Amino acid sequence: MVRAGESGWATAWEIVVRERTLRLVLRSLGLTAAVTAACLVIGIGLAWLTTRTDLPVRRTFGVVAALPLAVPSYVAAYAWISTFPNLAGFWGTLLVLVACTYPYVYLPVVAALRRADPSLEEVSRSLGRSSLTTFLRVTIPQIRPAAAAGGLLVALYALSDFGAPSLLRYDVFTRVIHDSYRSSFDRTPAAVLSLLLVVLTIAITVGEARSRGRAGQARVGSGVARTAAPVGLGRWKPAAALACVGVVGVSLAFPAGTLLYWLSVGSSARLDLGRLTDAATATVVVAVLGAVVTTALAIPVGILAARHSGRSARVLEQATYAGHALPGVVVALALVFLGVRYLQPIYQEVPLLVLGYAVLFLPAAVGAVRASVAQSPRRLEEVSRSLGLGSWATLRRVTVPLAGPGIATGAALVLLTAMKELPATLLLRPTGMDTLATRLWTETGSGAYAAAAPYAAALVLLAIVPAILLTRVQTRVVSRTTAAEAPAPAVAPITVAVLGPTRPTGSTGPDSPEGGAQR
Amino acid sequence: MRRSRLALPAAVLTVTATLAACGSGAGDPAAGEDTDGTLVIYSGRNENLVGPVLDQLEDAVGIPVRVRYAGTSELAAQLLEEGEATDADLFFGQDAGALGALGNAGMLTPLDQEVLDLVDEDYRDSEGRWVATSGRARVLAYDPEQVPEIDSITGIDQLLEPQWEGKIGFAPSNASFHAFVTALRVDRGEDGAREWLEAFAAQDPQAYENNIAVLDAVDAGQVALGLINHYYWYQRAAEVGEENVDARIHFLDNDDPGALINVAGAGVIAGTDQPDAAARAIAFLLSDEIQQYFADETAEYPVVEGVESAVFDLPPLSELQGNRIDLNDLESLDRTLALLDEVGLT
Repeated sequence: MVRAGESGWATAWEIVVRERTLRLVLRSLGLTAAVTAACLVIGIGLAWLTTRTDLPVRRTFGVVAALPLAVPSYVAAYAWISTFPNLAGFWGTLLVLVACTYPYVYLPVVAALRRADPSLEEVSRSLGRSSLTTFLRVTIPQIRPAAAAGGLLVALYALSDFGAPSLLRYDVFTRVIHDSYRSSFDRTPAAVLSLLLVVLTIAITVGEARSRGRAGQARVGSGVARTAAPVGLGRWKPAAALACVGVVGVSLAFPAGTLLYWLSVGSSARLDLGRLTDAATATVVVAVLGAVVTTALAIPVGILAARHSGRSARVLEQATYAGHALPGVVVALALVFLGVRYLQPIYQEVPLLVLGYAVLFLPAAVGAVRASVAQSPRRLEEVSRSLGLGSWATLRRVTVPLAGPGIATGAALVLLTAMKELPATLLLRPTGMDTLATRLWTETGSGAYAAAAPYAAALVLLAIVPAILLTRVQTRVVSRTTAAEAPAPAVAPITVAVLGPTRPTGSTGPDSPEGGAQR
Repeated sequence: MRRSRLALPAAVLTVTATLAACGSGAGDPAAGEDTDGTLVIYSGRNENLVGPVLDQLEDAVGIPVRVRYAGTSELAAQLLEEGEATDADLFFGQDAGALGALGNAGMLTPLDQEVLDLVDEDYRDSEGRWVATSGRARVLAYDPEQVPEIDSITGIDQLLEPQWEGKIGFAPSNASFHAFVTALRVDRGEDGAREWLEAFAAQDPQAYENNIAVLDAVDAGQVALGLINHYYWYQRAAEVGEENVDARIHFLDNDDPGALINVAGAGVIAGTDQPDAAARAIAFLLSDEIQQYFADETAEYPVVEGVESAVFDLPPLSELQGNRIDLNDLESLDRTLALLDEVGLT
């Protein structure tokens, strides 16, 4: 930001008004729209199939379908482009981005479907509506906020990803930023151009909030949350099963298979186990530290944002998304500027890197915490105060525990994205330290795909942990709501849709799409 | 109930993080120390290529060496951002443009004449602020089946003939391609360069992500010709065996912009606290031993006279002596990119 304010306006303005820039902005928006639409269809479809039908092995499948979250989009892009060079261009980019991001829609929709009271659908059917009409008129409105929240994350990811589009040779706006800063070795125009990305992001965020608008779902009483009777798929069963297998095959099995293939062939395969372990350890250390620090910062901000509604809170919330849209390399250079002048003792040390992660990923964590606080009844806090607890004690014993699922969600999201982060890590890491992502960058940079494979595989395996944690946060909802009579005032929707809120007032935390192999 | 379920993962996470923090502090002695008595190198060259060289550097300079790897342009930007506060003593970059930019920003200090004299004047900064450590030539990769008479192609103008329409592969976002276009601008002027680029764009050339992908495409026969750097072919031949590579490479005439020789090079950061060690490090990179390494391992051109590759059959650099331009001109990348924008080659 400081940079942007300095002197680059003229240069940047020149770039902005260039015809190519406008064309690329439109292209980026087109790609974003296509990816989001496809993710909504696939995510909602899979969620419905795995929660509401008699699909074979749907429990196992329900977990597996969330795992593509663990595959960095640049790894998937490498896998596809190296096997099918003809895939380059729009369709390849669409395929890879959809395969890597549909879980952002799938997970919150699964949660929403599990929480939704099936009796509404039964009433609809008993009143003579067909299954299809019931789905469209009753089910869809119930899951709309969750789907919109997930769709927002997908859109932000698609808009700001650099790695996958550049590997698949589909020119988008992030490339303009990349080029402008590479060509002049100057950070200023790049910083100004990033502001354009921020503007686009805010527009999308506002659009998403509008789309949820007043579609309130408030209802009196918590209803009876119980497991819905599965819909018989009948003769569609094989087709549905095939579609599910297809999605998992494309998004998970294919990249995994390609990694295995690379591992088994190629003379550049020289596995240095010590290096791999070091890189994996470093990755876990910085990602866990990043997750802890970011979540710790997110708790107070999230609670404030949720409990003090009003214009300024809303502006603050949308501003956090703006921060999220800045490419990692721009944030990293800003921190270099700051670190080398004012934070010299920790410059190029782990603490500054962790701070970098906090700046990049705070919005994701704040969104999750905020949403879960917003969903827990304020009345509980008032009861606590009226029974004589102070505000700190109330915060500690009521508000924070209630926000638990949101906090867990935020932490898992930050963990997941920090593991995959590349550009900021490259510039801010201690000299000599390698993470899995930086090793991957080194190996692929010299064309050594086989040597890169172990690092990519380790990254995917490690990232499965937070991905499963996210899934668990979702599934726990069910057991809790089914045992709804347990904790006295039915704290009904404790769930936070994975990435965010499922009520119109809520909002979500974006995943940061940093990393692209040269993302 | 709810609390205990959440408390456990939270506690585990916190303990792990704390342990990890302690571990990283204790286990990595280099992390906490300040850089006094250490030579800090910012390397924009890939660790797989130059790591073995820099590992030997410690013995040569006599003090501990720490290397920071990242992209050449990212590190140049980082150095510009750090300014005088930087810890770096030496910059090792993979193209002359970044070295030129650092030199012009006053970030590099002049080198000893003795060291500079090891290298031909063409491959060093005229003010002595940086020196090349190895060179690379732009070449044509070709598919012998589709291009039986490759020797008839001597310059880039022949690529504009109708028979090559849709049959040329290139990497428009690649720094080496940009360097070639800059050389074209320097050689033929802005209008001459635009004319060639417009005609080239009208040939429907096939764009690829990088040089490796271009070589793959030529090797698979998807395109007949590809604009790449010479060493990609040599390295491929070394990795899978020359008989398993269908593509071949062809050098254009020396005076053609398509035969540009670009360099990787190094410079000493102004304000270094280790001037002697940094000077020794540069001399080491130009020693016969290391020049031989570049020639034999990475198939690059040695820049010091008298060193020839024992592994690769490289035509000697003195015979190519490429397209003579001031390599500092490669810094004018912003104008090159603007021109490429204009003609739609991005």
